[in-house]
Amino acid sequence: MTASIQIRDAFKTFGHGPRAIQALDKASLDIRPNEFVTFVGASGCGKSTLLRMIGGLESLTSGSITVNGQPIAGPGVDRAMVFQHYSLYPWLTVADNIRFCRQLKAHTRDRTSADVEKASGRADALIRLMGLSHVAHAYPNQLSGGMQQRVAIARALMSRPPILLMDEPFGALDAQTREVMHDLIRHVHRIEGSTIVFVTHDVEEAIYLGQRIVLMAPRPGRIDTLYDVPLPAERHQDMKLAPEFLALKRQILDRIRETSGMKTDLEQLARLSAEAAELEA
Amino acid sequence: MSARKRPGGVSPLWQIRTAIDPRHYWVLALCGLVAPLLGWSLASSLDGVDKVFLPGPADVLTRMWTWASEDGLPADVAISTWRVVAGWALSAAIALPLGLFIGSYRSVQALLEPLTDFIRYMPAVAFIPLVMLWVGIEEGSKIAIIFIGTFFQMVLMVAEDVRRVPLAQIEAAQTMGASRGEILERVIVPSAKPALLDTLRVTMGWAWTYLVVAELVAANSGLGYAVLKAQRFLQTDKIFAGILLIGLIGLVIDQGFRLAHRKAFPYLAGRH
Ligand SMILES: Nc1ncnc2c1ncn2[C@@H]1O[C@H](COP(=O)(O)OP(=O)(O)OP(=O)(O)O)[C@@H](O)[C@H]1O
Ligand SMILES: [Mg+2]
Repeated sequence: MTASIQIRDAFKTFGHGPRAIQALDKASLDIRPNEFVTFVGASGCGKSTLLRMIGGLESLTSGSITVNGQPIAGPGVDRAMVFQHYSLYPWLTVADNIRFCRQLKAHTRDRTSADVEKASGRADALIRLMGLSHVAHAYPNQLSGGMQQRVAIARALMSRPPILLMDEPFGALDAQTREVMHDLIRHVHRIEGSTIVFVTHDVEEAIYLGQRIVLMAPRPGRIDTLYDVPLPAERHQDMKLAPEFLALKRQILDRIRETSGMKTDLEQLARLSAEAAELEA
Repeated sequence: MSARKRPGGVSPLWQIRTAIDPRHYWVLALCGLVAPLLGWSLASSLDGVDKVFLPGPADVLTRMWTWASEDGLPADVAISTWRVVAGWALSAAIALPLGLFIGSYRSVQALLEPLTDFIRYMPAVAFIPLVMLWVGIEEGSKIAIIFIGTFFQMVLMVAEDVRRVPLAQIEAAQTMGASRGEILERVIVPSAKPALLDTLRVTMGWAWTYLVVAELVAANSGLGYAVLKAQRFLQTDKIFAGILLIGLIGLVIDQGFRLAHRKAFPYLAGRH
Protein backbone atom coordinates (compact mmCIF):
# COMPACT_ATOMS: atom_id res chain seq x y z
CA MET A 1 0.00 0.00 0.00
CA THR A 2 1.26 3.42 -0.83
CA ALA A 3 0.09 6.96 -1.38
CA SER A 4 1.10 10.31 -2.83
CA ILE A 5 1.03 13.64 -0.99
CA GLN A 6 0.31 17.01 -2.56
CA ILE A 7 1.23 20.13 -0.64
CA ARG A 8 -0.09 23.40 -2.14
CA ASP A 9 0.83 26.82 -0.73
CA ALA A 10 0.79 25.47 2.81
CA PHE A 11 0.90 28.51 5.06
CA LYS A 12 1.00 28.53 8.82
CA THR A 13 1.05 31.18 11.51
CA PHE A 14 0.88 30.48 15.23
CA GLY A 15 -1.03 32.93 17.40
CA HIS A 16 -2.83 36.13 16.45
CA GLY A 17 -2.16 39.81 16.01
CA PRO A 18 1.23 41.45 16.40
CA ARG A 19 2.66 38.48 18.29
CA ALA A 20 1.82 35.95 15.58
CA ILE A 21 4.71 33.73 14.48
CA GLN A 22 4.92 32.84 10.83
CA ALA A 23 6.11 29.25 10.90
CA LEU A 24 5.73 28.33 7.25
CA ASP A 25 5.45 30.47 4.14
CA LYS A 26 3.49 29.00 1.23
CA ALA A 27 5.26 25.69 0.81
CA SER A 28 4.43 23.52 -2.20
CA LEU A 29 5.70 20.01 -2.80
CA ASP A 30 4.62 16.78 -4.45
CA ILE A 31 5.64 13.51 -2.88
CA ARG A 32 5.33 10.45 -5.08
CA PRO A 33 3.95 7.07 -4.01
CA ASN A 34 6.58 4.99 -2.21
CA GLU A 35 9.02 7.90 -2.19
CA PHE A 36 11.47 8.35 0.68
CA VAL A 37 11.76 12.13 1.26
CA THR A 38 13.93 13.68 3.93
CA PHE A 39 13.54 17.23 5.28
CA VAL A 40 16.63 19.07 6.54
CA GLY A 41 17.22 22.66 7.56
CA ALA A 42 18.25 24.97 10.37
CA SER A 43 16.35 24.87 13.64
CA GLY A 44 13.02 26.67 13.51
CA CYS A 45 12.54 26.49 9.73
CA GLY A 46 9.21 24.72 10.08
CA LYS A 47 10.15 21.08 9.40
CA SER A 48 8.14 19.73 12.30
CA THR A 49 5.28 22.07 11.54
CA LEU A 50 5.01 20.87 7.95
CA LEU A 51 5.28 17.21 8.99
CA ARG A 52 2.62 17.66 11.68
CA MET A 53 0.36 19.35 9.14
CA ILE A 54 0.67 16.31 6.87
CA GLY A 55 -0.11 14.16 9.89
CA GLY A 56 -3.21 16.25 10.61
CA LEU A 57 -1.95 17.22 14.06
CA GLU A 58 -1.66 20.88 13.08
CA SER A 59 -4.16 22.83 10.97
CA LEU A 60 -3.21 24.96 7.96
CA THR A 61 -3.73 28.72 8.12
CA SER A 62 -4.20 28.63 4.35
CA GLY A 63 -3.33 26.37 1.42
CA SER A 64 -4.06 22.67 1.20
CA ILE A 65 -2.56 19.25 1.70
CA THR A 66 -4.10 16.24 -0.01
CA VAL A 67 -3.32 12.53 0.12
CA ASN A 68 -4.10 10.70 -3.12
CA GLY A 69 -6.08 13.80 -4.04
CA GLN A 70 -8.21 13.68 -0.88
CA PRO A 71 -7.92 16.71 1.42
CA ILE A 72 -6.82 15.66 4.89
CA ALA A 73 -9.08 16.37 7.83
CA GLY A 74 -7.24 15.67 11.05
CA PRO A 75 -5.10 12.64 11.89
CA GLY A 76 -5.96 9.36 10.19
CA VAL A 77 -4.94 5.72 10.08
CA ASP A 78 -3.41 6.23 6.62
CA ARG A 79 -0.65 8.43 8.07
CA ALA A 80 1.31 6.88 10.94
CA MET A 81 3.73 9.02 12.91
CA VAL A 82 6.91 8.23 14.83
CA PHE A 83 7.90 10.84 17.40
CA GLN A 84 11.32 11.63 18.83
CA HIS A 85 10.39 10.32 22.29
CA TYR A 86 7.84 9.90 25.09
CA SER A 87 5.25 8.40 22.79
CA LEU A 88 5.29 4.78 24.02
CA TYR A 89 2.79 3.61 26.63
CA PRO A 90 4.82 2.70 29.71
CA TRP A 91 2.03 0.61 31.26
CA LEU A 92 1.93 -1.77 28.27
CA THR A 93 4.53 -4.38 27.39
CA VAL A 94 6.46 -4.05 24.15
CA ALA A 95 4.13 -6.53 22.42
CA ASP A 96 1.01 -4.74 23.70
CA ASN A 97 2.37 -1.36 22.62
CA ILE A 98 2.83 -2.74 19.11
CA ARG A 99 -0.67 -4.23 19.11
CA PHE A 100 -2.23 -1.06 20.58
CA CYS A 101 -4.10 -0.09 17.40
CA ARG A 102 -5.89 -3.45 17.36
CA GLN A 103 -8.05 -2.30 20.29
CA LEU A 104 -9.25 0.79 18.51
CA LYS A 105 -12.61 0.90 16.75
CA ALA A 106 -11.00 2.32 13.62
CA HIS A 107 -9.21 -1.00 13.19
CA THR A 108 -11.83 -3.44 14.45
CA ARG A 109 -14.70 -2.52 12.14
CA ASP A 110 -15.71 -5.31 9.75
CA ARG A 111 -13.16 -7.59 11.28
CA THR A 112 -13.29 -11.30 10.53
CA SER A 113 -11.45 -14.00 12.43
CA ALA A 114 -9.10 -14.37 9.48
CA ASP A 115 -8.16 -10.70 9.87
CA VAL A 116 -7.47 -11.18 13.55
CA GLU A 117 -5.18 -14.06 12.78
CA LYS A 118 -3.39 -12.09 10.10
CA ALA A 119 -2.93 -9.20 12.52
CA SER A 120 -1.42 -11.30 15.28
CA GLY A 121 0.88 -12.80 12.67
CA ARG A 122 1.89 -9.29 11.66
CA ALA A 123 2.62 -8.25 15.23
CA ASP A 124 4.89 -11.26 15.61
CA ALA A 125 6.56 -10.55 12.28
CA LEU A 126 7.22 -6.92 13.27
CA ILE A 127 8.62 -7.98 16.63
CA ARG A 128 11.03 -10.29 14.82
CA LEU A 129 11.85 -7.78 12.09
CA MET A 130 12.73 -5.13 14.67
CA GLY A 131 14.82 -7.56 16.72
CA LEU A 132 12.52 -7.27 19.72
CA SER A 133 11.78 -10.96 20.35
CA HIS A 134 13.78 -11.16 23.56
CA VAL A 135 12.10 -8.07 25.06
CA ALA A 136 8.54 -8.62 23.79
CA HIS A 137 7.23 -8.94 27.35
CA ALA A 138 9.37 -6.20 28.90
CA TYR A 139 8.07 -2.71 29.67
CA PRO A 140 9.35 0.24 27.59
CA ASN A 141 11.34 1.86 30.39
CA GLN A 142 13.37 -1.29 30.84
CA LEU A 143 14.66 -0.72 27.28
CA SER A 144 17.45 1.44 25.89
CA GLY A 145 16.55 4.47 23.76
CA GLY A 146 17.35 2.61 20.53
CA MET A 147 15.14 -0.33 21.46
CA GLN A 148 12.33 2.06 22.43
CA GLN A 149 12.45 3.66 18.98
CA ARG A 150 12.25 0.22 17.38
CA VAL A 151 9.05 -0.36 19.35
CA ALA A 152 7.68 3.02 18.24
CA ILE A 153 8.40 2.19 14.60
CA ALA A 154 6.89 -1.29 14.87
CA ARG A 155 3.77 0.21 16.47
CA ALA A 156 3.45 2.76 13.67
CA LEU A 157 3.83 0.02 11.03
CA MET A 158 1.32 -2.31 12.65
CA SER A 159 -1.68 -1.07 10.69
CA ARG A 160 0.21 -1.06 7.35
CA PRO A 161 0.01 2.71 6.93
CA PRO A 162 0.54 3.92 3.34
CA ILE A 163 2.40 6.95 4.74
CA LEU A 164 4.96 6.98 7.52
CA LEU A 165 5.88 10.35 9.06
CA MET A 166 8.99 10.52 11.22
CA ASP A 167 10.16 13.57 13.19
CA GLU A 168 13.81 13.16 14.19
CA PRO A 169 13.12 9.60 15.33
CA PHE A 170 16.82 8.85 15.87
CA GLY A 171 17.78 12.26 17.23
CA ALA A 172 18.56 10.91 20.69
CA LEU A 173 20.47 7.80 19.62
CA ASP A 174 24.22 7.24 19.46
CA ALA A 175 25.98 6.95 16.10
CA GLN A 176 26.24 3.14 16.04
CA THR A 177 22.62 2.56 16.93
CA ARG A 178 21.62 5.10 14.31
CA GLU A 179 23.44 3.21 11.55
CA VAL A 180 21.58 0.04 12.47
CA MET A 181 18.29 1.93 12.49
CA HIS A 182 19.05 3.49 9.12
CA ASP A 183 19.44 0.15 7.41
CA LEU A 184 16.38 -1.13 9.22
CA ILE A 185 14.18 1.75 8.08
CA ARG A 186 15.41 1.43 4.49
CA HIS A 187 14.54 -2.26 4.61
CA VAL A 188 11.07 -1.39 5.90
CA HIS A 189 10.65 1.15 3.10
CA ARG A 190 11.51 -1.48 0.51
CA ILE A 191 9.33 -4.32 1.79
CA GLU A 192 6.34 -2.30 3.00
CA GLY A 193 6.14 0.03 0.02
CA SER A 194 5.11 2.94 2.23
CA THR A 195 5.77 6.57 1.42
CA ILE A 196 8.15 7.95 4.06
CA VAL A 197 8.62 11.57 5.08
CA PHE A 198 11.55 11.87 7.45
CA VAL A 199 12.66 15.02 9.32
CA THR A 200 16.23 15.28 10.59
CA HIS A 201 18.97 17.68 11.65
CA ASP A 202 21.63 15.37 10.34
CA VAL A 203 22.57 15.93 6.68
CA GLU A 204 24.39 12.60 6.40
CA GLU A 205 21.31 10.81 7.66
CA ALA A 206 19.15 12.75 5.20
CA ILE A 207 21.32 11.74 2.22
CA TYR A 208 21.78 8.12 3.24
CA LEU A 209 18.06 7.55 3.74
CA GLY A 210 16.39 9.79 1.19
CA GLN A 211 15.70 9.55 -2.50
CA ARG A 212 15.03 13.24 -2.43
CA ILE A 213 16.06 15.92 0.05
CA VAL A 214 13.96 18.95 0.85
CA LEU A 215 16.06 21.75 2.28
CA MET A 216 14.08 24.24 4.32
CA ALA A 217 15.14 27.73 5.40
CA PRO A 218 14.03 29.81 8.38
CA ARG A 219 12.57 33.32 8.87
CA PRO A 220 10.06 32.76 7.46
CA GLY A 221 10.07 28.95 7.29
CA ARG A 222 10.01 27.88 3.65
CA ILE A 223 11.11 25.23 1.19
CA ASP A 224 14.43 26.40 -0.23
CA THR A 225 15.98 23.75 -2.49
CA LEU A 226 15.21 20.18 -3.61
CA TYR A 227 18.06 17.72 -4.18
CA ASP A 228 17.87 14.34 -5.89
CA VAL A 229 20.18 11.88 -4.17
CA PRO A 230 22.53 10.38 -6.78
CA LEU A 231 22.82 7.01 -5.03
CA PRO A 232 21.41 3.63 -6.12
CA ALA A 233 18.26 2.29 -4.45
CA GLU A 234 20.30 -0.37 -2.65
CA ARG A 235 22.55 1.39 -0.11
CA HIS A 236 25.27 0.44 2.30
CA GLN A 237 27.35 2.30 4.85
CA ASP A 238 30.46 2.55 2.61
CA MET A 239 28.57 4.89 0.30
CA LYS A 240 28.91 7.60 2.94
CA LEU A 241 32.52 7.95 1.75
CA ALA A 242 31.68 8.02 -1.97
CA PRO A 243 32.65 11.27 -3.76
CA GLU A 244 29.09 12.03 -4.89
CA PHE A 245 27.84 11.52 -1.33
CA LEU A 246 30.45 13.88 0.10
CA ALA A 247 29.89 16.45 -2.64
CA LEU A 248 26.16 16.54 -1.95
CA LYS A 249 26.80 16.73 1.77
CA ARG A 250 29.05 19.75 1.33
CA GLN A 251 26.58 21.41 -1.00
CA ILE A 252 23.71 20.98 1.47
CA LEU A 253 25.74 22.02 4.50
CA ASP A 254 26.86 25.18 2.70
CA ARG A 255 23.30 26.01 1.76
CA ILE A 256 22.06 25.46 5.33
CA ARG A 257 24.80 27.77 6.58
CA GLU A 258 23.88 30.41 4.04
CA THR A 259 20.17 30.30 4.87
CA SER A 260 20.40 29.95 8.64
CA GLY A 261 21.94 33.41 9.02
CA MET A 262 23.95 32.05 11.93
CA LYS A 263 27.69 31.80 11.75
CA THR A 264 30.46 31.80 14.25
CA ASP A 265 32.34 35.06 13.95
CA LEU A 266 35.89 33.81 14.43
CA GLU A 267 37.43 37.28 14.32
CA GLN A 268 35.09 38.48 17.05
CA LEU A 269 35.97 35.46 19.18
CA ALA A 270 39.70 36.08 18.68
CA ARG A 271 39.30 39.72 19.70
CA LEU A 272 37.37 38.76 22.84
CA SER A 273 39.96 36.23 23.99
CA ALA A 274 42.77 38.71 23.30
CA GLU A 275 41.00 41.27 25.49
CA ALA A 276 40.53 38.69 28.22
CA ALA A 277 44.24 37.82 28.06
CA GLU A 278 45.17 41.50 28.36
CA LEU A 279 42.99 41.91 31.43
CA GLU A 280 44.67 39.00 33.14
CA ALA A 281 48.16 40.25 32.36
CA MET B 1 31.33 -1.20 58.02
CA SER B 2 32.70 2.01 56.64
CA ALA B 3 30.82 3.52 53.76
CA ARG B 4 32.41 3.46 50.33
CA LYS B 5 33.92 6.78 49.49
CA ARG B 6 33.72 8.56 46.21
CA PRO B 7 36.66 10.45 44.80
CA GLY B 8 37.04 13.57 46.85
CA GLY B 9 36.76 11.66 50.09
CA VAL B 10 33.21 12.68 51.01
CA SER B 11 31.11 9.88 52.50
CA PRO B 12 27.90 8.99 50.58
CA LEU B 13 25.93 10.25 53.57
CA TRP B 14 26.80 13.78 52.47
CA GLN B 15 26.76 13.32 48.69
CA ILE B 16 23.88 15.11 47.04
CA ARG B 17 21.21 12.64 45.86
CA THR B 18 23.38 9.60 46.41
CA ALA B 19 21.92 6.31 47.64
CA ILE B 20 23.10 5.28 51.11
CA ASP B 21 23.52 1.89 52.74
CA PRO B 22 20.03 0.58 53.78
CA ARG B 23 21.37 -0.11 57.27
CA HIS B 24 22.44 3.50 57.61
CA TYR B 25 19.02 4.52 56.41
CA TRP B 26 17.24 2.54 59.11
CA VAL B 27 19.59 3.66 61.86
CA LEU B 28 19.04 7.32 60.91
CA ALA B 29 15.28 6.86 60.61
CA LEU B 30 15.16 5.24 64.04
CA CYS B 31 17.23 8.09 65.54
CA GLY B 32 14.85 10.60 64.00
CA LEU B 33 11.94 8.90 65.75
CA VAL B 34 13.54 7.97 69.06
CA ALA B 35 15.31 11.28 69.75
CA PRO B 36 12.14 13.38 70.06
CA LEU B 37 10.56 10.65 72.19
CA LEU B 38 13.55 10.76 74.57
CA GLY B 39 13.45 14.54 74.59
CA TRP B 40 9.78 14.46 75.41
CA SER B 41 10.12 11.98 78.25
CA LEU B 42 13.09 13.91 79.64
CA ALA B 43 11.28 17.24 79.50
CA SER B 44 8.17 15.84 81.16
CA SER B 45 10.15 14.26 84.01
CA LEU B 46 11.90 17.51 84.92
CA ASP B 47 11.06 18.90 88.35
CA GLY B 48 8.46 21.57 88.28
CA VAL B 49 6.80 20.41 85.07
CA ASP B 50 3.12 19.92 85.74
CA LYS B 51 1.52 16.78 84.25
CA VAL B 52 -1.39 18.93 83.10
CA PHE B 53 1.07 21.05 81.18
CA LEU B 54 3.15 18.22 79.71
CA PRO B 55 2.32 14.58 80.40
CA GLY B 56 5.05 12.00 79.81
CA PRO B 57 4.94 9.15 77.27
CA ALA B 58 4.00 6.68 80.01
CA ASP B 59 1.00 8.81 81.07
CA VAL B 60 -0.18 9.00 77.49
CA LEU B 61 0.17 5.25 77.01
CA THR B 62 -1.75 4.56 80.21
CA ARG B 63 -4.48 6.91 79.07
CA MET B 64 -4.66 5.18 75.71
CA TRP B 65 -5.09 1.89 77.53
CA THR B 66 -7.93 3.09 79.76
CA TRP B 67 -9.52 4.84 76.78
CA ALA B 68 -9.41 1.58 74.86
CA SER B 69 -10.65 -0.62 77.70
CA GLU B 70 -13.27 1.60 79.37
CA ASP B 71 -13.91 4.66 77.29
CA GLY B 72 -14.90 3.33 73.87
CA LEU B 73 -11.76 4.03 71.85
CA PRO B 74 -12.53 1.41 69.17
CA ALA B 75 -15.90 3.03 68.54
CA ASP B 76 -14.27 6.48 68.33
CA VAL B 77 -11.70 5.19 65.85
CA ALA B 78 -14.39 3.48 63.78
CA ILE B 79 -16.70 6.50 63.53
CA SER B 80 -13.83 8.91 62.77
CA THR B 81 -12.41 6.63 60.10
CA TRP B 82 -15.85 6.31 58.56
CA ARG B 83 -16.28 10.10 58.45
CA VAL B 84 -12.89 10.70 56.92
CA VAL B 85 -13.20 7.94 54.35
CA ALA B 86 -16.76 8.91 53.42
CA GLY B 87 -15.90 12.60 52.95
CA TRP B 88 -12.78 11.75 51.02
CA ALA B 89 -14.49 9.12 48.84
CA LEU B 90 -17.29 11.54 48.02
CA SER B 91 -14.64 14.10 46.98
CA ALA B 92 -12.85 11.53 44.86
CA ALA B 93 -16.06 10.33 43.19
CA ILE B 94 -16.72 13.84 41.89
CA ALA B 95 -13.17 15.18 41.58
CA LEU B 96 -11.82 12.34 39.44
CA PRO B 97 -14.24 12.68 36.51
CA LEU B 98 -14.37 16.47 36.83
CA GLY B 99 -10.58 16.80 36.95
CA LEU B 100 -10.30 14.46 33.98
CA PHE B 101 -12.47 16.78 31.92
CA ILE B 102 -10.80 19.97 33.17
CA GLY B 103 -7.41 18.50 32.31
CA SER B 104 -8.50 17.22 28.90
CA TYR B 105 -10.66 20.02 27.53
CA ARG B 106 -9.53 23.63 27.58
CA SER B 107 -13.16 24.76 27.43
CA VAL B 108 -14.07 22.91 30.65
CA GLN B 109 -10.88 24.25 32.20
CA ALA B 110 -11.84 27.84 31.33
CA LEU B 111 -15.31 27.29 32.73
CA LEU B 112 -14.44 25.65 36.05
CA GLU B 113 -10.81 26.14 37.02
CA PRO B 114 -10.83 29.82 38.02
CA LEU B 115 -13.84 29.24 40.28
CA THR B 116 -12.28 26.16 41.89
CA ASP B 117 -9.04 28.02 42.36
CA PHE B 118 -10.93 30.77 44.14
CA ILE B 119 -12.95 28.52 46.44
CA ARG B 120 -9.99 26.43 47.55
CA TYR B 121 -8.54 29.43 49.36
CA MET B 122 -11.66 29.80 51.46
CA PRO B 123 -11.07 28.27 54.91
CA ALA B 124 -13.08 25.09 55.48
CA VAL B 125 -13.66 26.02 59.12
CA ALA B 126 -15.51 29.13 58.06
CA PHE B 127 -18.06 26.98 56.27
CA ILE B 128 -19.19 25.33 59.51
CA PRO B 129 -22.13 27.69 60.18
CA LEU B 130 -23.30 27.33 56.59
CA VAL B 131 -22.98 23.57 56.69
CA MET B 132 -25.02 23.47 59.92
CA LEU B 133 -27.63 25.64 58.29
CA TRP B 134 -27.85 23.66 55.07
CA VAL B 135 -26.93 20.09 56.02
CA GLY B 136 -27.97 20.11 59.66
CA ILE B 137 -25.98 18.72 62.56
CA GLU B 138 -26.28 15.03 61.75
CA GLU B 139 -23.55 12.75 60.38
CA GLY B 140 -23.84 14.45 56.99
CA SER B 141 -22.43 17.72 58.29
CA LYS B 142 -19.14 16.13 59.42
CA ILE B 143 -18.73 14.44 56.08
CA ALA B 144 -19.58 17.72 54.36
CA ILE B 145 -16.78 19.57 56.18
CA ILE B 146 -14.23 16.97 55.19
CA PHE B 147 -15.57 17.12 51.65
CA ILE B 148 -15.20 20.91 51.53
CA GLY B 149 -11.69 20.66 52.94
CA THR B 150 -10.46 18.20 50.32
CA PHE B 151 -12.62 18.47 47.21
CA PHE B 152 -11.42 21.72 45.64
CA GLN B 153 -7.75 20.91 46.06
CA MET B 154 -8.36 17.42 44.74
CA VAL B 155 -10.04 18.62 41.53
CA LEU B 156 -7.11 20.88 40.72
CA MET B 157 -4.56 18.17 41.46
CA VAL B 158 -6.41 15.62 39.31
CA ALA B 159 -6.60 18.14 36.45
CA GLU B 160 -2.86 18.74 36.77
CA ASP B 161 -2.13 14.99 36.77
CA VAL B 162 -4.15 14.67 33.58
CA ARG B 163 -2.39 17.60 31.94
CA ARG B 164 0.97 15.98 32.67
CA VAL B 165 0.21 13.08 30.32
CA PRO B 166 2.83 13.54 27.56
CA LEU B 167 1.28 15.06 24.43
CA ALA B 168 3.24 12.57 22.28
CA GLN B 169 1.30 9.69 23.89
CA ILE B 170 -1.98 11.35 22.95
CA GLU B 171 -0.87 12.32 19.45
CA ALA B 172 0.46 8.82 18.77
CA ALA B 173 -3.02 7.46 19.56
CA GLN B 174 -4.60 10.08 17.29
CA THR B 175 -2.41 9.05 14.38
CA MET B 176 -3.46 5.44 15.01
CA GLY B 177 -7.08 6.51 14.55
CA ALA B 178 -8.21 6.65 18.19
CA SER B 179 -11.45 8.54 18.87
CA ARG B 180 -11.65 11.10 21.68
CA GLY B 181 -13.38 8.57 23.93
CA GLU B 182 -10.71 6.01 23.22
CA ILE B 183 -7.96 8.52 23.97
CA LEU B 184 -9.52 9.30 27.36
CA GLU B 185 -10.08 5.64 28.18
CA ARG B 186 -7.00 3.99 26.71
CA VAL B 187 -4.33 6.69 26.96
CA ILE B 188 -5.08 9.52 29.38
CA VAL B 189 -6.56 7.49 32.23
CA PRO B 190 -3.99 4.67 32.25
CA SER B 191 -1.15 7.14 31.75
CA ALA B 192 -2.27 9.35 34.64
CA LYS B 193 -3.19 6.48 36.99
CA PRO B 194 0.02 6.40 39.06
CA ALA B 195 -0.13 10.16 39.62
CA LEU B 196 -3.83 9.92 40.43
CA LEU B 197 -3.23 7.30 43.09
CA ASP B 198 -0.62 9.60 44.62
CA THR B 199 -3.12 12.45 44.59
CA LEU B 200 -5.65 10.22 46.36
CA ARG B 201 -3.03 9.35 48.97
CA VAL B 202 -2.07 12.96 49.63
CA THR B 203 -5.68 14.15 49.83
CA MET B 204 -6.51 11.29 52.21
CA GLY B 205 -3.87 12.79 54.51
CA TRP B 206 -5.55 16.18 54.28
CA ALA B 207 -8.95 14.63 55.00
CA TRP B 208 -7.53 13.36 58.33
CA THR B 209 -6.29 16.82 59.23
CA TYR B 210 -9.85 18.12 58.81
CA LEU B 211 -11.25 15.53 61.22
CA VAL B 212 -11.00 17.68 64.35
CA VAL B 213 -12.57 20.59 62.52
CA ALA B 214 -15.40 18.36 61.30
CA GLU B 215 -16.08 17.03 64.77
CA LEU B 216 -16.43 20.57 66.07
CA VAL B 217 -19.98 20.33 64.76
CA ALA B 218 -22.29 18.85 67.38
CA ALA B 219 -20.41 15.58 67.56
CA ASN B 220 -20.61 13.20 70.53
CA SER B 221 -18.20 10.59 69.26
CA GLY B 222 -14.97 10.27 67.36
CA LEU B 223 -11.28 10.97 67.93
CA GLY B 224 -11.53 14.67 67.11
CA TYR B 225 -14.45 15.07 69.49
CA ALA B 226 -12.53 13.22 72.20
CA VAL B 227 -9.61 15.65 71.81
CA LEU B 228 -11.95 18.64 72.02
CA LYS B 229 -13.68 17.26 75.09
CA ALA B 230 -10.39 16.41 76.76
CA GLN B 231 -9.37 20.02 76.23
CA ARG B 232 -12.43 21.19 78.15
CA PHE B 233 -11.55 18.90 81.10
CA LEU B 234 -7.82 19.66 80.87
CA GLN B 235 -7.03 15.98 80.25
CA THR B 236 -3.80 16.82 78.52
CA ASP B 237 -2.74 13.19 78.32
CA LYS B 238 -5.89 12.37 76.35
CA ILE B 239 -5.24 15.26 73.96
CA PHE B 240 -1.81 13.78 73.32
CA ALA B 241 -3.26 10.30 72.90
CA GLY B 242 -5.90 11.51 70.45
CA ILE B 243 -3.44 13.48 68.33
CA LEU B 244 -0.99 10.58 68.25
CA LEU B 245 -3.71 8.14 67.25
CA ILE B 246 -4.91 10.35 64.42
CA GLY B 247 -1.33 10.61 63.19
CA LEU B 248 -0.82 6.87 63.52
CA ILE B 249 -3.95 5.93 61.57
CA GLY B 250 -3.01 8.44 58.88
CA LEU B 251 0.46 6.92 58.64
CA VAL B 252 -0.92 3.37 58.33
CA ILE B 253 -3.31 4.40 55.55
CA ASP B 254 -0.54 6.29 53.78
CA GLN B 255 1.71 3.23 53.84
CA GLY B 256 -1.20 1.16 52.51
CA PHE B 257 -1.50 3.51 49.55
CA ARG B 258 2.23 3.31 48.89
CA LEU B 259 2.09 -0.47 48.93
CA ALA B 260 -0.88 -0.45 46.55
CA HIS B 261 1.08 1.89 44.28
CA ARG B 262 4.02 -0.51 44.09
CA LYS B 263 1.74 -3.49 43.46
CA ALA B 264 -0.47 -1.77 40.89
CA PHE B 265 2.28 -0.21 38.78
CA PRO B 266 5.13 -2.70 38.53
CA TYR B 267 6.26 -1.08 35.29
CA LEU B 268 7.48 1.97 37.21
CA ALA B 269 10.01 -0.08 39.18
CA GLY B 270 13.61 0.96 38.73
CA ARG B 271 12.82 4.14 36.87
CA HIS B 272 14.53 7.43 37.59
N1 LIG C 1 2.78 25.41 18.93
C1 LIG C 1 3.50 26.48 18.54
N2 LIG C 1 3.19 27.71 18.98
C2 LIG C 1 3.88 28.79 18.60
N3 LIG C 1 4.93 28.76 17.76
C3 LIG C 1 5.30 27.56 17.29
C4 LIG C 1 4.62 26.36 17.66
N4 LIG C 1 5.21 25.32 17.04
C5 LIG C 1 6.23 25.85 16.31
N5 LIG C 1 6.29 27.19 16.45
C6 LIG C 1 7.24 28.10 15.80
O1 LIG C 1 7.23 27.82 14.42
C7 LIG C 1 8.54 27.85 13.89
C8 LIG C 1 8.86 26.54 13.23
O2 LIG C 1 8.91 25.54 14.22
P1 LIG C 1 9.22 24.01 13.92
O3 LIG C 1 9.11 23.29 15.21
O4 LIG C 1 8.36 23.55 12.81
O5 LIG C 1 10.73 24.07 13.45
P2 LIG C 1 11.72 22.89 13.14
O6 LIG C 1 12.26 23.12 11.79
O7 LIG C 1 11.07 21.58 13.40
O8 LIG C 1 12.86 23.16 14.19
P3 LIG C 1 13.77 22.09 14.97
O9 LIG C 1 14.78 21.64 13.98
O10 LIG C 1 14.37 22.90 16.07
O11 LIG C 1 12.88 20.98 15.46
C9 LIG C 1 9.46 28.20 15.03
O12 LIG C 1 9.73 29.56 15.00
C10 LIG C 1 8.66 27.85 16.26
O13 LIG C 1 9.00 28.69 17.33
MG1 LIG D 1 11.33 19.98 14.85
